[in-house]
Amino acid sequence: MTTTGATPNVAAAIDATTLVHRTRSFRSVSAVLAIAFLVVVGGVALLAPLLPLDPTTTDLAIRWQPPSAAHWFGTDELGRDYFSRVVYGGRISLTVGILAMAAATAIGVVVGLVAGYAGGRVDDALMRFVDFLSSIPWMVLVIVASVFLKPGLWTIIFVIAVFSWMATARLVRAETLTLRERAFVRYAQYIGVRRELVMWRHVVPDAAPTIIVAATASISTAILTESALSFLGLGIQPPMASWGSLLETAQGSLQTAPYLALIPGVLILLTVLSFNVLGDALRQSVSEGGAS
Amino acid sequence: MTAADDVLLRVDGLEVDLPGRTGGRVKVLDDVSFEVPRGRVVGIVGESGSGKTMLLRALMGILPDGATREWRRVLLSGEDVTATLGRRRLPAAMVFQDPMTSFNPLVRIGAHLTEVAQRFQKVGRRQATSLARDALAAVRIPDPDGVLSRYPHELSGGMRQRAMIAMALLAQPELLLADEPTTALDATIQAQILALLRTLQAERSLTVLIVTHDLGVVAAVCDDVLVMKDGRIVESGPVDRVFREPQHPYTRELLDAAPDAPAAPGADAPAVEKGSEA
Amino acid sequence: MAVYILRRLLQVVPMLLLVTFVVFALLHAAPYDVVDTITTPQMSEETKAAMRERYGLDQPIVAQYGLWLVNVLQGDFGYSLASRHSIAEELAARIPNTIMLVAPAYLAALVLAVVLGLIAGSRRGTIIDKAIDGLAGIGIATPSFWFALLVIYVFGYQLRWFPIIGMHSVGKQGDPVDFLMHFVMPFLVLLVAFFPELARYVRSATISQFSQDYVLVQRGFGASRRQVLTRHVGRNVMLPIITQLGLALPILVTGAIVTESIFGWPGIGPYFLTATRSLDYPVVLAVLLLSAVLVIVGNLIADILYVVVDPRIRIGAGS
Repeated sequence: MTTTGATPNVAAAIDATTLVHRTRSFRSVSAVLAIAFLVVVGGVALLAPLLPLDPTTTDLAIRWQPPSAAHWFGTDELGRDYFSRVVYGGRISLTVGILAMAAATAIGVVVGLVAGYAGGRVDDALMRFVDFLSSIPWMVLVIVASVFLKPGLWTIIFVIAVFSWMATARLVRAETLTLRERAFVRYAQYIGVRRELVMWRHVVPDAAPTIIVAATASISTAILTESALSFLGLGIQPPMASWGSLLETAQGSLQTAPYLALIPGVLILLTVLSFNVLGDALRQSVSEGGAS
Repeated sequence: MTAADDVLLRVDGLEVDLPGRTGGRVKVLDDVSFEVPRGRVVGIVGESGSGKTMLLRALMGILPDGATREWRRVLLSGEDVTATLGRRRLPAAMVFQDPMTSFNPLVRIGAHLTEVAQRFQKVGRRQATSLARDALAAVRIPDPDGVLSRYPHELSGGMRQRAMIAMALLAQPELLLADEPTTALDATIQAQILALLRTLQAERSLTVLIVTHDLGVVAAVCDDVLVMKDGRIVESGPVDRVFREPQHPYTRELLDAAPDAPAAPGADAPAVEKGSEA
Repeated sequence: MAVYILRRLLQVVPMLLLVTFVVFALLHAAPYDVVDTITTPQMSEETKAAMRERYGLDQPIVAQYGLWLVNVLQGDFGYSLASRHSIAEELAARIPNTIMLVAPAYLAALVLAVVLGLIAGSRRGTIIDKAIDGLAGIGIATPSFWFALLVIYVFGYQLRWFPIIGMHSVGKQGDPVDFLMHFVMPFLVLLVAFFPELARYVRSATISQFSQDYVLVQRGFGASRRQVLTRHVGRNVMLPIITQLGLALPILVTGAIVTESIFGWPGIGPYFLTATRSLDYPVVLAVLLLSAVLVIVGNLIADILYVVVDPRIRIGAGS
């Protein structure tokens, strides 16, 4: 976590020094808020089965009720408690985000390591491939992929992972290239340690901070992509729901029950924002040499 | 050491501090006081971190963001300008260390020079171009017109530094500040640039302040020297006196660390030693 | 420089071939029968067999690829499974609609991003910078389709300022005012979608320029902050941006799929999505092909522009 030695200078005059110090504290404040938010959301999502939530019982008599004490987020078009639905939707959204991120990171690390370590034509070819794949609008790629596969939870995790590993690969490759020239790696090679072993036991741990930063960006992308796909009906299928598919359903009742659309979207925004802020804070501390 | 009215610039009690990396402040210049006699070449020598570059930047008013600068008194040709220096600049121009990065790579040399000419001499574009051409000729660049239309990366290091000096001349300074003007150059080019500075100084009655970590440079072209350590001036005086009879232990250290003992300063044929990189 | 351009052009050819090959392979792997795109269920088996032969669908794979490629080069993308209509014709009708929506939005976002990015970068650490950067951060985290719903709710339902669906009202095709009314909301949504990343990019480019030595030198020669910004940093930041415009080419055609479908805008988006839902493989893959080709061409344009505009590359290192 980023900590700074600066205590906020509350002198009245705003001179540059104060501004610089305030920027530093602000960054830690927002990082703390981000973590707090993620802990709350993650915690609730994780513990959902243990909580008194009921996302399935329908009751047409009370449908489209705005938020109230009885139903914190109101009720949806079938009279179900929306808070419960949103919590369970969050479970799915976060699960997809985390699993897709894990898969994408794994692929990215492997590709990045290989490219950085092998160098030469292999590196060239891989990077061209990465560049090319990165420039096709991912909506197109992801939609095309989902045409060929049956829609569902695992499909969507797979599809997102397969098209979002590129950024991680680039970062890991850059780290590998610099680390490759470091003395201890050369020495290990010199005394005959196998290349792969060197990579695994030396390069990866050193690149770990960068990988972690890339991972937070990966989760953000995954959550946004999943919600977009589910919104289009190509992602999570009923009876499962994610924040994205809730938004799709909410579209139909937009005029009468706008809160149905507002709430999941706000949650997506805040979750993605929190991961981004966290990633930024981590990147700060990595570049200031804090982490390792 | 010199008659009072022969002093171009006199600074008393200059203090500069910067925001530290982990909060708090770092003092980079501590109660610095010195005189620059008119028409002389003064060297400021010290290790990295001694504050010598910050001294120049403080004089020019281009300290980093967040820096604070204070001084008790500044006299320019005997006139007290302490109060007005916040708004006005010194009649000085600065030559920077690395000529490659000192120019905007996307702008031609000519445009760099004419911009300065127009700003300082209040002339129109055409006359500024002519002045720029003259300045390039003054720094002994062959084919000034060619150089005017070139981009910085098309010139060699030595030519770039000459162009930078030309740019400084166009600001019509009384005081020329040079921050490690030869460090980024090859050895043979170094000698040429130093000779050029000496020549210009004589031709235009300039006063020159050179910051360097290389005692050889000081020996070659400077008349006087200020020795700095940790933000303070520890010794000052004419070069031959200071080098022959250093008073401060740190000066002695610096001199001892130099591989060749610097010779007495030459007049027009500078003997450039590869000075100590302490 | 001419040599570089030529070399770059030549590199494009194998990439294009590779892409077409991948798309063709996908077409072939897809679980449908191509002959279904050119026949109707009513036709007899003999007719179908005759069609198969006529269109070379009984030939070996490689030959089919060749035929297909030749067709594509002539602008024939085949036929939709669902509608039996020519895909190329449909695309040709819809692409202009998409461009009419996306191009102004992207350009507006770019202009806004350059202005605000320069301001933020040149005043790093100040309130203005944090505000602009914060805004960009929120924008990046916002799902654009959700923002579209908000916009529709506020401006479409509550305020009733703008119509929600389509590009023009019935019977009012060609009416510019009517077009504008339909245009505003999707334009706004796209603007908000494009702006944040561009702004962040400009901001970081500006910051990196300001940390260059030459900025210090300019200040040393008395340049005011504004002069530094407009005469030097601004120019230097524009260089990579202009060259990046080439990379925006694929966005121009396929960057607004979701937005178009929400607003019922008759561009590529709804066509593509409908095809996706009905497993209309030829259409889906035609769009993929289009997208990939635009990426290659866009990259080419960007690279060439870069070489032409950057004097460091254009003229080469000096002596």
